[in-house]
Amino acid sequence: MAFTNEQMERYSRHIILKEIGVKGQKKLLASKVLIIGAGGLGAPAALYLAAAGVGTIGIADADAVDLSNLQRQIIHSTADLGKPKVLSAQESMEAINPDVQVNTYQEFITSSNIMDLIRDYDFILDGTDNFPAKFLINDACVMAGKPFSHAGIIRFKGQLMTVIPGEGPCYRCVFKNPPPKDAVPTCRQAGVIGAMAGVIGCLQALEAIKYITGTGELLVGSLLTFDALTMEFHKIRLPKKDPDCAVCGEHPTITKLIDYEQAACDWKPGEKV
Amino acid sequence: MAEEIKVDDTVDITDVVCPVTFVKAKVALEELEDGQVLSIRMNDGEPVQNVPRSIKDEGHQILKLLDNQDGTYNLIVRKAGEE
Repeated sequence: MAFTNEQMERYSRHIILKEIGVKGQKKLLASKVLIIGAGGLGAPAALYLAAAGVGTIGIADADAVDLSNLQRQIIHSTADLGKPKVLSAQESMEAINPDVQVNTYQEFITSSNIMDLIRDYDFILDGTDNFPAKFLINDACVMAGKPFSHAGIIRFKGQLMTVIPGEGPCYRCVFKNPPPKDAVPTCRQAGVIGAMAGVIGCLQALEAIKYITGTGELLVGSLLTFDALTMEFHKIRLPKKDPDCAVCGEHPTITKLIDYEQAACDWKPGEKV
Repeated sequence: MAEEIKVDDTVDITDVVCPVTFVKAKVALEELEDGQVLSIRMNDGEPVQNVPRSIKDEGHQILKLLDNQDGTYNLIVRKAGEE
């Protein structure tokens, strides 16, 4: 594939970087990233991945744009209220970069559709807002051997880690099981600061770009936490892959995907519980 | 008499401005095999001040800078392999 003059200019700041260069930009254009959740994490990540020239971006979200989303989900605008989030996100990404092919999946991820969704993608970005989805994404990616970026945000705090199945611990090696229903408040109950969500979503996009281009060190085996109130980042070295992990261990007990129950307050009309 | 350098490919970057000058040269170098030689035609001024330095920073070997006496230069570069 040869670059057009326009592409050379569009991606000039990448191509100039020794660590990315011509080869890295070609890898980005040939890559496929799936973003699950077009919310506080997925919105900034999708914008930066589109701008970076990730050739195919899948976006999965069943919701429509709500006024309370716009405080942080910067891929959607006021004019998009009521529109399916995946369509609003697609329009924003295509407006930034016509090089990008956007695939939309207007559905909630479940144990029955996730394997089909992740199959064609090189890297998965977890931008969901609940534990059942996070464990489902982890288990599915481990079973399918797909690398992914996990992240979570609440109030002024965020965290992320990158999982490459077989190379380091998975989310379940570290967190074992979802917390009891209603034990942890959701963003809806607890609040979240938009710019902090942006920081973490952008870090996820960076991990995707570094994975695709083979640049630098990933957060494999580390958990990065960020506290926006104290402006402190902590990189926590995680224990090695747990041989007793229920999904990625030597004798996995989870061999089928699980749909954990959602916290009751997160139930929305029309959504299967 | 100076030894003739065999040029494998040429690229003209006089039609673009910084930083695409270097980007276009970098893209052209990418197409070559290690050890092959590229001649890059560039404008006097900013390109001739910056492009050779950037190419040297990437590890390639600058063989010659020829003044074309028309406000342009030809930079002759041998492509280096990746470390």
